[in-house]
Amino acid sequence: MRIEFGVRHVELMKHVPSPKSAIRNSQFAIKFMSTNETLFDATEITVSMGPQHPSTHGVLQVKLKLDGERVDDAQCVIGYLHRGVEKLGETQTWGQFVPTLDRMDYIAAVSSCLGYCETVEKLLGITAPPRAQYIRTLMTELNRISSHLLWLGTHALDIGAMTVFLYAFREREEILKIFENYCGARLTTHMFRIGGTQYELYEGFQEQVKAFTSTFPARVDEYETLLTENRIWIGRTRGVGVISAKNAIDIGLTGPALRGSGVAWDLRRAKPYAAYSDFQFDIPTGEHGDTYDRYMVRMEEMRQSIRIVNQAVDKIPDGPLMAKITKIIKPPVGDVYHSIEAPKGELGYYLVSDGATMAYRARVRPPSFVNLQALRQMVIGSMVADVVAVIGTLDIVLGEIDR
Amino acid sequence: MNLDFLINYILIPLVKIGIIFLILSGVIAYLTFLERKVIAFMQVRLGPMRVGPHGLLQPIADGLKLMLKEDIIPAQADRLVFMLAPIITLVPAFIVFSVIPFGAASTINLPAFSQNLFGQTLTYSGTSTGLFVTDVNIGVLYVLSISSIGILGIILGGWASNSKYPLLGALRSAAQMVSYEVALGFSIMGVLMMAGSLSLVQIVEAQRNAGTWYVFLQPVGFILFFICGVAETNRAPFDLPEAETELVAGFHTEYSGFRFSLFFLAEYAAMIVVGSMAVTLFWGGWLRPFPSVAALAFLDYIPSFLWFAAKVFVFLYCYLWFRASWPRYRYDQLMKVGWQVLMPIAIANVIVTAGLMLLFRG
Repeated sequence: MRIEFGVRHVELMKHVPSPKSAIRNSQFAIKFMSTNETLFDATEITVSMGPQHPSTHGVLQVKLKLDGERVDDAQCVIGYLHRGVEKLGETQTWGQFVPTLDRMDYIAAVSSCLGYCETVEKLLGITAPPRAQYIRTLMTELNRISSHLLWLGTHALDIGAMTVFLYAFREREEILKIFENYCGARLTTHMFRIGGTQYELYEGFQEQVKAFTSTFPARVDEYETLLTENRIWIGRTRGVGVISAKNAIDIGLTGPALRGSGVAWDLRRAKPYAAYSDFQFDIPTGEHGDTYDRYMVRMEEMRQSIRIVNQAVDKIPDGPLMAKITKIIKPPVGDVYHSIEAPKGELGYYLVSDGATMAYRARVRPPSFVNLQALRQMVIGSMVADVVAVIGTLDIVLGEIDR
Repeated sequence: MNLDFLINYILIPLVKIGIIFLILSGVIAYLTFLERKVIAFMQVRLGPMRVGPHGLLQPIADGLKLMLKEDIIPAQADRLVFMLAPIITLVPAFIVFSVIPFGAASTINLPAFSQNLFGQTLTYSGTSTGLFVTDVNIGVLYVLSISSIGILGIILGGWASNSKYPLLGALRSAAQMVSYEVALGFSIMGVLMMAGSLSLVQIVEAQRNAGTWYVFLQPVGFILFFICGVAETNRAPFDLPEAETELVAGFHTEYSGFRFSLFFLAEYAAMIVVGSMAVTLFWGGWLRPFPSVAALAFLDYIPSFLWFAAKVFVFLYCYLWFRASWPRYRYDQLMKVGWQVLMPIAIANVIVTAGLMLLFRG
């Protein structure tokens, strides 16, 4: 058997052209992947950006048609990180499904968790007790800051400002430490449960959060000194990836990507959930709908999140952590849609229950997926370097897009 | 037998070339280390710490790693050009150092001797030489022309890879270097007019005679020269040809192992060239600070090449500082800055300098 295999292998090898003969055959015609034109005829080349590209934020593939440095067309190819999250929702019990959702938007796992728990609670017709609501709000806002910090770092890194990345991670570390102290995990936290939260706040929680909120605004100013008035930064972001308010609404953009175009739509204000109705905060909006405005919106959102955290941390009410729910969750037959304002936009869950211990259908409306639709419109006619700026400004997470 | 020719024109230059080559290789290796440490310091982290105390042996480990790595040549690449390209980039970057004066003229003095050996009388009339391989009367021109050959290697490397990202990177660097070389040439015209020579040694001597560094007489020229120099060496914020977040690794995407490290060496050598040129043309070369102030004469006890090295490192530090601080230009903005901002200012600088010289020198 072994010899036979060897012989066959050698025979197969015969047909593989050696590099030298390949060059002889191809003469000087340099062939491109998608066209049979040589370089001398080509006016347009197709470049496959990703899935293994340093700045496609994971495994996004963008097929770019380039005329020199100008982008003529862009097509997104997704699915490289598909794990069948929605299908898993039909095979796991309502409670088991929660940790899976943390793996969608792993940058903002707390938001994914909150959205789902609230959706199931809505289906069950219960609400979490006030103490749990406050903890949820607080943690989600901290998570929003950490998500925005990661966005800021990678976005700036894509445009070439590498130091901001490490500064942002320094502060993100403080937030992750709070998460770790609270629930033991840093990234995929599984922080809340259906009906409330499982863990009591640890001793020194308030001090740690206050220590963070007192230093953080100065840190945001520090990032801004590196970027906001930097000529190169303005040049790279002003007028790049412009989308009008009407187009943004038509595509279905949500979150900072929509607010950058001047639409003050924030689910925390429009359809308050958790304990958001108790707090004062502003909704920052942009004017031009370009990358710079979205940058400014997110920077301001971090400050507003600090404001919410500061209000919440002093007023956490006493009381139980969990609402009264049965050990085995069997929601009544029916369907429900509930959405929250995740750091990247509207994160919605549509759950259909047939009265069993598992969802009949679990559908996620991921903000990154919808926001990515705007990419093509934003990059056509711009330069290659703008594509990475636009990918950065849309703040996508491929775990959430592919699910 | 007279040994004058043998020693003066063959032996001494060979020894000097050997020493410069060795020192330069070491400086380049540790420049990469310095870069990582300086940027780490600015980014609140430690940088390499594992190999040796404070990571001091890291460059050696890196060099070994690069040499031992598999050297991949893509099947569809143009093999000959692919292999030649890194060499074409590296060699000019090193050759340029032959005219750069690292230290004062006539610092090394060889005594005359005559000796009987195997029945022959060997005579040598002695010489006094400076810390440079040679002093060419067209030194500046030589540096500019040789260093622009390096770009050919980048273009050929990007072309021969037969891959799209390297091609884009190569085209970018071609456009960038051509545009900035023009402004670079104009930015040093002022200095050349004031010194009245193209010899780098003469330019430094002229600064000694003028009693001041030319940076104080030609501030605009200096700033232009430094900006164009950073652009010439493809360093941040002008590092478009190898913008890793856009073009993966630019022109050297397909290169690996030792060939990749040759490109790397060339880039860092070019950084040192620009630093050395800036020091020689504008910062008084090997001269101590304030060469005309007699009260500071004690500074002369520090050897001239140390002054030179210290000044060059100020520039190298600036390079690293830029890289840590600034975002990257976009291609069209880069061209705009080069042609619409730097060029007019450089030409205006030349005209103003010429006018002032006419006024004050008659």
